[in-house]
Amino acid sequence: MSSPVDYTAIFIQFIVAMGFVVTTMVVSHNAGPKRKTSDKLEVFECGIDSEGNARMPFSIRYFLTAILFVMFDVEVIFMYPWAVNFKALGAAGFYEMLLFVGTLLLGFIYIWKKGALKWE
Amino acid sequence: MSVLIFKVILIVIIFLISLGLAAYATYGERKVAAFLQDRIGPDRAGPFGLLQPIADGVKMFLKEEIIPTVSDKFLFILGPSLFMVTALMTSAVIPWGTPMEFGGVTYHLQVADINIGILYVLGVVSLGVYGIMLGGWSSNNKYALLGAIRASSQMISYELAMGMSVIAVLLISDGSLSLNAIVEGQKGLNWNVFYQPLAALIFIITAFAECNRTPFDLPESESELIGGYHTEYSSMKLGLYLFAEYINMFISSAIISSLFFGGYNFPGLEYLQTVLPTNLVSLISFGAFFTKILFFIFFFMWVRWTIPRFRYDQLMRLGWQVLMPLAIINVLITGAVVTFFGN
Repeated sequence: MSSPVDYTAIFIQFIVAMGFVVTTMVVSHNAGPKRKTSDKLEVFECGIDSEGNARMPFSIRYFLTAILFVMFDVEVIFMYPWAVNFKALGAAGFYEMLLFVGTLLLGFIYIWKKGALKWE
Repeated sequence: MSVLIFKVILIVIIFLISLGLAAYATYGERKVAAFLQDRIGPDRAGPFGLLQPIADGVKMFLKEEIIPTVSDKFLFILGPSLFMVTALMTSAVIPWGTPMEFGGVTYHLQVADINIGILYVLGVVSLGVYGIMLGGWSSNNKYALLGAIRASSQMISYELAMGMSVIAVLLISDGSLSLNAIVEGQKGLNWNVFYQPLAALIFIITAFAECNRTPFDLPESESELIGGYHTEYSSMKLGLYLFAEYINMFISSAIISSLFFGGYNFPGLEYLQTVLPTNLVSLISFGAFFTKILFFIFFFMWVRWTIPRFRYDQLMRLGWQVLMPLAIINVLITGAVVTFFGN
């Protein structure tokens, strides 16, 4: 169904988008005034000097969310081919997917009960 | 070859529409906000303040470009660029209207009718997270980093429910990921929203979260995080971030309309196709599609000025513990109904 010409069009769109962004960057770099002082080039902090490096350890919950996302996103991607061929697979396909989603839900309930989704 | 030339023209037109619409969405946002708060809104630049977006754009270009000394310069520039490029790339698979005809050759009003359609959209949208993460991390500012982490955590969480709600639509359509096929299957008033109201609701909510729009605008909640991930940005680099957000809103509205609200279809389109010339019908269907898009953009703004922001734990609970299970159950129920009562 898709032909190479379709992907060529996407590539052209990519070039147009890149062209716009690069032009904007170059123009804005050259158009604005350049009166830089050391105070201006410091990172922003509310009226006081910035303390230390910003790249500090942060809450483990964000990391946990990212890990869970990777797992569940892969599951969602597995469901796409099933959904596309859904009518061709018939009832057997539905039962097989019930098994798959059932396993997925078990894992989901497990992380829920473990408190991985709690943010308080 | 002529097809390719048509595609290039189409790409440029859609590119200009995206930019123009995004620019005037900023004006629209301020006017809608003013209307909802019983104010007048911008009215100084030109008649009714219509030149305001242009004035804002010129101002952005003429501002001094600041790159903090402690930041990672390359990633600092790459962040907003990537965010803008991904925002401009998504429109490629959206069908804008019924096909046109010139000299006996049919041209589809779609840049690329690829058979992975909606997967392409989800893929490119998730690349946008990199733009935010790179920008926030490279700034080496605590507020920016916190904003970026919040943003990426929020966007990936809501992507799951979004992907699941699309699966429910695929189950009732004729089994194609191509947006063109999905829109074609919703002729007249046979829109997916009437068969999949829950999926439509979930998709709209997750689209709000993906665009970082209120009530999900925690990445840039100004009372705690100054400007969020773009705190350190100035000049047109900040402009690209803000601008890309409005383009994302436009594209989201277009995808919501094509997945659930019939895209360019409207009752009476088949009748018009028999009496009017093909190209005119094509333009009318494009107009119908655009009306739906404009309505959803207005809806985005309406919600923004009506509903307050969530707290972060509420946001994560809504995404993981409400929308995710709902979307999974919706897929299962839809699957069961189609298997046992379909046809």
